[in-house]
Parts: sequence; C-alpha cells; structure tokens
Amino acid sequence: MTAEPQAAPHTATEKRTALYHQHAALGASFTDFGGWQMPLKYGSELAEHRAVRETAGLFDLSHMGEVWATGPNAGAFLDYALVGKLSAVAVGKAKYSLICAEDGGIIDDLIVYRVAEDDFLVVPNAGNAAIVAAELDSRLAAFGREGVALRDASVETSLIAVQGPNAQDIVLQLFPAEHAEAVTGLKYYAAVELEAQLEAGSVPVLLARTGYTGEDGFELFVANGRAAELWTAVREAGESRGLVPCGLAARDSLRLEAGMPLYGNELSRDVTPFEAGLGAVVALKSKEGDFVGRAALQAKKDDGAGTTSGRRLVGLRGLGRRAARSHYAVLKDGQQVGEVTSGQPSPTLGYPVALAYVDVELAEPGTQLDVDLRGKAEPFEVVALPFYKRER
Amino acid sequence: MSKIQNGLRYSEEHEWLDTESAPAKVGVSAVAADALGDVVYLDLPEVGSEVTAGSTCGEIESTKSVSDLYSPVSGTIVEVNQEAIDNPALVNEDPYGAGWLFTVEVTSEGPLLSAEEYASKNGGEL
Repeated sequence: MTAEPQAAPHTATEKRTALYHQHAALGASFTDFGGWQMPLKYGSELAEHRAVRETAGLFDLSHMGEVWATGPNAGAFLDYALVGKLSAVAVGKAKYSLICAEDGGIIDDLIVYRVAEDDFLVVPNAGNAAIVAAELDSRLAAFGREGVALRDASVETSLIAVQGPNAQDIVLQLFPAEHAEAVTGLKYYAAVELEAQLEAGSVPVLLARTGYTGEDGFELFVANGRAAELWTAVREAGESRGLVPCGLAARDSLRLEAGMPLYGNELSRDVTPFEAGLGAVVALKSKEGDFVGRAALQAKKDDGAGTTSGRRLVGLRGLGRRAARSHYAVLKDGQQVGEVTSGQPSPTLGYPVALAYVDVELAEPGTQLDVDLRGKAEPFEVVALPFYKRER
Repeated sequence: MSKIQNGLRYSEEHEWLDTESAPAKVGVSAVAADALGDVVYLDLPEVGSEVTAGSTCGEIESTKSVSDLYSPVSGTIVEVNQEAIDNPALVNEDPYGAGWLFTVEVTSEGPLLSAEEYASKNGGEL
C-alpha cells in the first residue's frame, strides 16, 4: 500500500495552541491545519466521532481566529464589511456570515457574536484569520474609522468546544449553581459571558451554544493563560459523562454528516454564496447601504447563479460501499458534470456521503449520478442536506 | 510508536509477509495501519487469482483516504480473510494477527526488508 502518514512532520512555522502539551500527554497524532499543529486524533477517529453522537466530545479549536469589532459604529461597519446584516443581531446572539471579495467570491465563512451593544466578536477560520483581520482593517479604512476599533485577539484567545448529547450536563459542572439557568436557557446561536468556577479560582469565559458537529454543544472562549485549567476541568466534569477528546479527523467527519461546508473544500474565492447554497446569508434585500461585493452578488443572483445557471453544492449518497473523495469527478452518462469537494464513509449512517458541485439542472434530490472512483463509475444519488440530523 | 513485528519481512509499500506459515500470509504493517486511520473497507483479490509482486491487488479504504494494496509476492491467492472484510477494524486492532489480509501460494518474492531494515526506514518500534 502507498499510504503516507497523515500527521505532517513538525516545522518551525507551525504554531502550537496553549493546549499542545495536554494533547501530547494524551498521545495525540498531530497534523498541520491552517498553519497550526493540531490534534488529528487521539486514538480511533471513529470512536471519537461516535462519542460526539452518543455522549460527548471535547475539541481544542484555539486555532480559530478572534477579531473584535467594538464601538458605536461597529454594527454598521460589519454590515459594510460582511454580507449579512450584523447590526440587526440582538445582544447575546450570534450569526453565521461570509466575508466576500468585490467579485462576490468567498474569502471566508465566519460566526459573529454580538457580546454587547457595541462589542462584536468575529470568528474566522484558522487558515484565514490573518487574511480576514487584514481585510477587515482595509475595509474599515474605506468605511471610516470613527466609532469603530478592531482588535485581533487570535493569538491570545483559546477556544474549547464540548459537543454531544451530554454537553450541557458537563458544561453545567463548570459554573456555580446560580448560573445554571444561564447555561440551560442558552439558545442555539446565543452566547453569554460567565465566570467559570475552577479550583484555582474563577475564569471569565464567553460561553456560546454553537458548534460544527450537528449535535447540541457549546464553545468556550477563554484567555490562553487559563485554557489548560479549563480543559482539565471540562475533562474532569466529563469523566463520568462519556466525554472523549476529539481531533480534527472526527471534527471533519461530523461536520460532513451535518452537511456543513468547510472553507478550502466547499468554499473558496472561486465560489459565490449562491452556488454554495448560502444565498440566505447574503442580505441583499434587508441591507439598504452598500457592502463589499454587493454589486457582483446582485448581478450573480439576477443571473440565477446556483439556482437556474451554473453549479450548485449538493449532497451525494453512495449506493455502493466505496466512498467518493475530494476532487473526484461527478459523471452523468459518462460526461463530467461536477466535482466532489468532501467525501468519506459516514460513520453514523453506514454509507458513503459526499458534498459536490454539480450543474444546477442535476441538483434535485433523487437525481442519479456517478462518481469516478479511480477509474470506475460508481452510482451516487443526490440527497437533501444535512445527511444526519439529530433527534430533538 | 507503531509496533513492527519481528520474524516477518516487509515490502517498501508496507505489506508484511509471513513465510513461516504455509501458504504464506500477507497483511499490512502497524505503521501503515496507523497512518491510514480507521480502516472501513477492504477490497481484496479473489481466491484463485494470480498476483504479481509489486503490483496492485486491491484497495484499503479508511475514513480519510483510499490506498492501493500491493502484493509483496507473485503467486496464487489461496484464501482471503473474510473476518477482516466483515470487520475492517481488525486491520487497526491487530494488523499482524486477526487483521491479516490473504494467503498466497508463492512462486516468487519481490524485494523485501527485514523487520530491522523496515523499522529503521519507517521509524517503527521492534
């Protein structure tokens, strides 16, 4: 066989999170992701995946970026810099958004938390964090710096995620009883600043009910200096609740089952939000003012991009046992009609799943297509996303 | 660190060959199994088919990737491990034991490494 070890050798340019030594002590195999040395898996990635679906998983996501936009004009500025209407987000809520180029291509997908009336936290992907921070700064120069300050807190902020059916029970252990209701009452895509009560004292945490796994779960933003304490406290709280540390391999298979796009696979500068099925994120109607990419996005929408013309991101279900992988050709009657962006055997569903761009006329669920699996056409069917939806 | 079993010989492509048993037995090394991640699907040669040393004779699919399986020897396939086909996790759990792949009536061997040579090349632990 020709398998190359997945864990790339360490190079001096790769950054380590504040939790690196915790991962190493757990026997993690590491991989380079977005310029960071991150745990790929600790043991079996399938066992980690299943833990998130059945009990709970713990992730270090400290490679993600954190850029604060603060001030009385911060909301209006984000309305200009991003495609969504962030000024309409209520305090304590979050919104999934995109930062697009002038030509409408996607620079990154991100989550924006409105922590206070004038405080917004923008969370870009690890590999794009510096690009997004620089892009926001140049957009602020064009918008006007009055009443808005930007601060890139990526290097000083850690992010820990607890995901799975037992996540709430575990997270509840971190906070004093009087905050229990703030935790249990926290809605999906909402966030609250709380003090975690740890052995060494209290630790300020931004607790968000967000995730990238298709399960209920939380993400906890914490200063680097307190990250290891928080990680240990979460592990202790999770010991009797089936909590398993999870690497990026499980994170990728979980998000794929949940039909969530990954920047670099499904999303790129060459993709518009409409093709990616993210048209609803673009506030062409509700935003009156200009925003970066508006003209191009309006024109693409008018052209029917992703709806009546061009290509569209779809879910594919493999009818055989073999999985489609990124960059494999999608075929119809032997002719290429698209390309796979992500794919693997679904651990939860037991059959291969994939995301792919295909010609829009072939994007309807039920459409029978083939994928060129290393020279052999194997049958796949277009299915509605997500592949996996948790029972509520 | 991945374990490399003494007493076996290894191909450059990470298959092991056991000629102590008859017919000879073939599997993949722990180095390869660890690098692949969790194995979820095995495509093995058919019983009775001819395999050629250094040529592909099947596929190993893991959660993250698919890799060609190369035969370390030329010969005729005698048996394939149905238990591993039904439960590919055996390749990860016990690559030198229950996770074996096939047995083969050997007519000739390809270039093979001793356990020591393979370990020094791949950083495994004897």
